[in-house]
Amino acid sequence: MISFFFIALLGCRLSTKEGVVCTIAGSTSIQPFVEKLAEIYMEHHRGVIINVQGGGSTAGIRSVRGDVADIGTSSRELRKEEKDLKEIVIAWDGIAIIVHPDNKVKDLSLSQLRDIFAGRIRHWSELGWSHRRIHFVTREEGSGTRNAFEDMVMHNVPISDEALVEDSNGSVREIVAHDPHAIGYISYGIVDQRVKALRIDGIEPNLRTIKEKRYKLTRPFLFVTKVAPHGLAKDFIEFVLSPEGQKILEREGLIGIR
Amino acid sequence: MKEKLIEKTLMLLAFSAIGALLLMAVFIFKEGMPIIFKVGIKNFLFSTHWAPTKGHFGVSSMIVSSLFVTIGAMIIGVPLALACAITLAEFAPQRVTVILKPTIELLAGIPSVVYGFLGVVLLVPLIRDYLGGPGLSLLAASIILAIMILPTITSISIDAIKAVPYSYKEGSLALGATHWQTIRMVILKAARSGIITAIILGMARAIGETMAVIMVAGNALRLPQSPLSPVRTLTSNIALEMGYAAGDHRAALFATGIVLFVFIMVFNVSANIITKRWRRE
Amino acid sequence: MAKRINPLMLQRIVKAQLWSLTGFTIGILFFIIFFISIKGLPQITLEFLTSNPVDMGRSGGIFSTIVCTLYLIFVSLMIAMPLGVGAAIYLTEYTRESRLTHIIRFGTECLAGIPSIIMGLFGFAFFVMALGLGWSILSGGMTMSIMLLPTIIRTTEESIKAVPYELREVSFSLGVTRWQTVTKVVLPSALPGIVTGIVLGIARCIEETAVIIFTVGSSLRLPESFFDSGRTMAVHFYILAREGISMPNAYGTAAILILSILFINLSAYYLARQFLKKIC
Repeated sequence: MISFFFIALLGCRLSTKEGVVCTIAGSTSIQPFVEKLAEIYMEHHRGVIINVQGGGSTAGIRSVRGDVADIGTSSRELRKEEKDLKEIVIAWDGIAIIVHPDNKVKDLSLSQLRDIFAGRIRHWSELGWSHRRIHFVTREEGSGTRNAFEDMVMHNVPISDEALVEDSNGSVREIVAHDPHAIGYISYGIVDQRVKALRIDGIEPNLRTIKEKRYKLTRPFLFVTKVAPHGLAKDFIEFVLSPEGQKILEREGLIGIR
Repeated sequence: MKEKLIEKTLMLLAFSAIGALLLMAVFIFKEGMPIIFKVGIKNFLFSTHWAPTKGHFGVSSMIVSSLFVTIGAMIIGVPLALACAITLAEFAPQRVTVILKPTIELLAGIPSVVYGFLGVVLLVPLIRDYLGGPGLSLLAASIILAIMILPTITSISIDAIKAVPYSYKEGSLALGATHWQTIRMVILKAARSGIITAIILGMARAIGETMAVIMVAGNALRLPQSPLSPVRTLTSNIALEMGYAAGDHRAALFATGIVLFVFIMVFNVSANIITKRWRRE
Repeated sequence: MAKRINPLMLQRIVKAQLWSLTGFTIGILFFIIFFISIKGLPQITLEFLTSNPVDMGRSGGIFSTIVCTLYLIFVSLMIAMPLGVGAAIYLTEYTRESRLTHIIRFGTECLAGIPSIIMGLFGFAFFVMALGLGWSILSGGMTMSIMLLPTIIRTTEESIKAVPYELREVSFSLGVTRWQTVTKVVLPSALPGIVTGIVLGIARCIEETAVIIFTVGSSLRLPESFFDSGRTMAVHFYILAREGISMPNAYGTAAILILSILFINLSAYYLARQFLKKIC
């Protein structure tokens, strides 16, 4: 509600320059990618301003409804009551389950994953590795990635309060990269060679399996608008969906829609 | 006429600090109180179940963690700080003290994120490899905080020890007491209020520290089971979840701030009372 | 019953212990400075200082964060200085110790003890949201100025108190008004103390993180005005290190942070000594 209020204020301040300004608000998982796109778009089109704000998926969707952002971004599927808005998939992202490269475990089933985060599987030995405790890392309450993880993996089983909690994809990756007995979940786009992404139900996350939605933990990155986009917003969306825009997203680690 | 105006203006300025303090209290209470009333004070303070997006707002595990982390920092930090203070005020030659005191005070100026980072890079792996657990823990947070509050406690304690009248010391030495006996039985007793003030201010700093703690404490919600458990303090709860919080969740974070605010005011007021007594003595 | 240890022997043991604990503490300090310097100094080049961060800070320099830090310092001091110095003048020159000054002093001390996360919450609720300034250098500067007030009031007060009373008496006897006495006589003599307060304030702006994230935000763009969001060096370091974006750049930023704090503390110390020399 309040972040909505804030974006509203921001919108008012900028509304004087309408036409050359486009405000995008929402998911912080998508924010860095859109910032990159906006940076390049603005290099092509001198004089226009693409304003990229965070706030979270829900706040982004609300700010579109309230006309304070031209485009909202969401890193989760729209809920039933939000379906009246126009949605455009700009890319696909997988939620990768990552462990330390020394970890011998290569494959987990969805239910094993759920049991780990519910605190029911406590030792790596139960998965055929060392006798040490599993240090599982989750994201903080309110994070879109955590929402998506809870929807796709936990199915209403609460994440155990023993979990380590970090507030960004990057810091989850840092912990897993340094602790051989840790496990965490992050956006596939930022997996690097310092961590190992596990196969889920036998399927490895990669460009193909995510695009074909065979990898089970796949989520869309959405642009949301209230009415059919027009003007600058439309032009920017076309740029994002163009081969050039998609190439930028793929270079940054997302999976394009083509 | 002009003089009067100036005086009035200056008086207004003098109230700026206290005005800001009041405004701050008003705003934080205004944002946070509704949710406390909604879930009930008892529920809010004594429940350990924190799942704000699902309607559970219990902060008791964070209160306990904050206290444990602070106490841990005190157990590690206070002896070191007092040792430094006694050495520098009593044993070290004047020339050394003049250099070392500001050097220790410099420790207070190092950004807390740098402490936190060093904790993550150096301390956490040591704890993980040699003591077990994920390394991000109550112990790590306490050690980092202990180092961070050292300068505050040392510096104020040195001042307190130096403020003890020289005649006390002379009298004791003249009676045949050794230097250490004099320090232990005369000087530390006389400087007691000052040292306690220093410790309380150190505690206030420890319980209020955020960034360093969030980096090394692990932020788990469970009540700490051992020094190696990851813990979430009141401060890290606010900083961790503020990013996306909306509605009741956001209000609950402000309510966490209220709890912290009350703790800090208790520390401040008691430090103030003790300092007054110290001055009177 | 245990044998009593010879008091002189005991003293020697205790002294050795205290010295080693002190050595340990000082050792930690030097270790921190050396560790960061060794890892960070090689990263610092002219290019690092003068180019903007590229790719979320993965490469490029830290220019925009330096600019943001400087803007923030400027705004905070511009607000905190008149308030703090004015308050200190009032407390020392215009009133006697009374209930009122006690309350003011107590409030100021309490403000000094408020943790930065609470300041951040307040700045966010008040400046960012209620006043609608958004995440901006202005919001951050105003919040920081509240944080700096107690320090500036205290150092100014102390230095004003140290100005000999005779100076004022001479001035008054010449028929000069109180305010003129303050501006022409008292303040110039108290200047080094005031400058110390300012220098400490600068250090505070450089090292603060929690308040800045809540009020200035963390946008990496080069701020163009005080209404823009930005990212200070400390916040940049926090994000680089915590999210593992680039360790070399993180160490480089940390080294710059420590160096500037070192430099600022040394100059504050130097100023304070100059000041002492002058009044003794």
